[in-house]
Amino acid sequence: MKARIIVTLKTGVLDPQGKAIEAALTSFGLSGIDSVRQGKVFDVEIAEEDRAAAETTLKSACEKLLANTVVENYAIEIA
Amino acid sequence: MRAAIIVFPGSNRDADVARALAQSGAEVVKVWHADTALPAGTDLAVLPGGFSYGDYLRCGAIAGRAAAMDAVRAHAARGGLVLGICNGFQILCESGLLPGVLMRNVDRRFICHRQLLRVERADTRFTSAYAKNQVIDVCVAHGEGNYFADAETIARLEGDGRVAFRYSDAAGNLTVDANRNGSLNSIAGIYSENLNVLGLMPHPENFVEDLVGGTDGRGLFTSLAA
Repeated sequence: MKARIIVTLKTGVLDPQGKAIEAALTSFGLSGIDSVRQGKVFDVEIAEEDRAAAETTLKSACEKLLANTVVENYAIEIA
Repeated sequence: MRAAIIVFPGSNRDADVARALAQSGAEVVKVWHADTALPAGTDLAVLPGGFSYGDYLRCGAIAGRAAAMDAVRAHAARGGLVLGICNGFQILCESGLLPGVLMRNVDRRFICHRQLLRVERADTRFTSAYAKNQVIDVCVAHGEGNYFADAETIARLEGDGRVAFRYSDAAGNLTVDANRNGSLNSIAGIYSENLNVLGLMPHPENFVEDLVGGTDGRGLFTSLAA
């Protein structure tokens, strides 16, 4: 089973890298970009066949290591 | 004073902090991150600066979950002293021993310079050789030192007197210029609830010899050894 985990900064948490990327895009003359926030994507292959069990394992992976829940949110997408 | 320095792959300031501790009379042993116990009689566990695990994922994230950290957590729970400097502070936050997180510096740059700090209290095991509100001259060298925590956590830290050091000017004023990494409330270091765990971004171990620019960092190590 394949899954994708997306980790993003919580609203209100300063994202200096996102700001720099936003400024760079604006400097290319691309108009209409209001804001950029940078995050992380983890593509995970999991042996588990049961979706619910896979989700439990991945949730644990997020809570234990992949996301710092002080400042980050995570979303799990199972293919 | 028996100090155990935990060495992770990518730690690079372990020798400096070992030297600073030994200079103050501490007996120093190094502990590998995969070890599951601290040496018997350890008074102080030290997490040195560096770039553990290449700062992969988040600074200190992987080190914070290393086997030796379970031993450090147990040591702290028993009231044992724990000191985390720079990457060590990041590891303490990631391991849950201290609240909050060290974010990318506000101007995105790695900063490496002399730094003045205001000592917030002198009645702890880490700062008894200093005076309250004394301004000390040490160094900083980090890319992720921007202390952040939610408003409730900051209010609790402030209310309980758990801020150890703040970035200040020579007169002890908390100016924007002095707070180069953008930390909330100019926080450079914090204590745990029982004041037995200290994490700080600056490097007191850099300034323990006149030969290399100053000795204001010594106070931290002489306090611990006292």
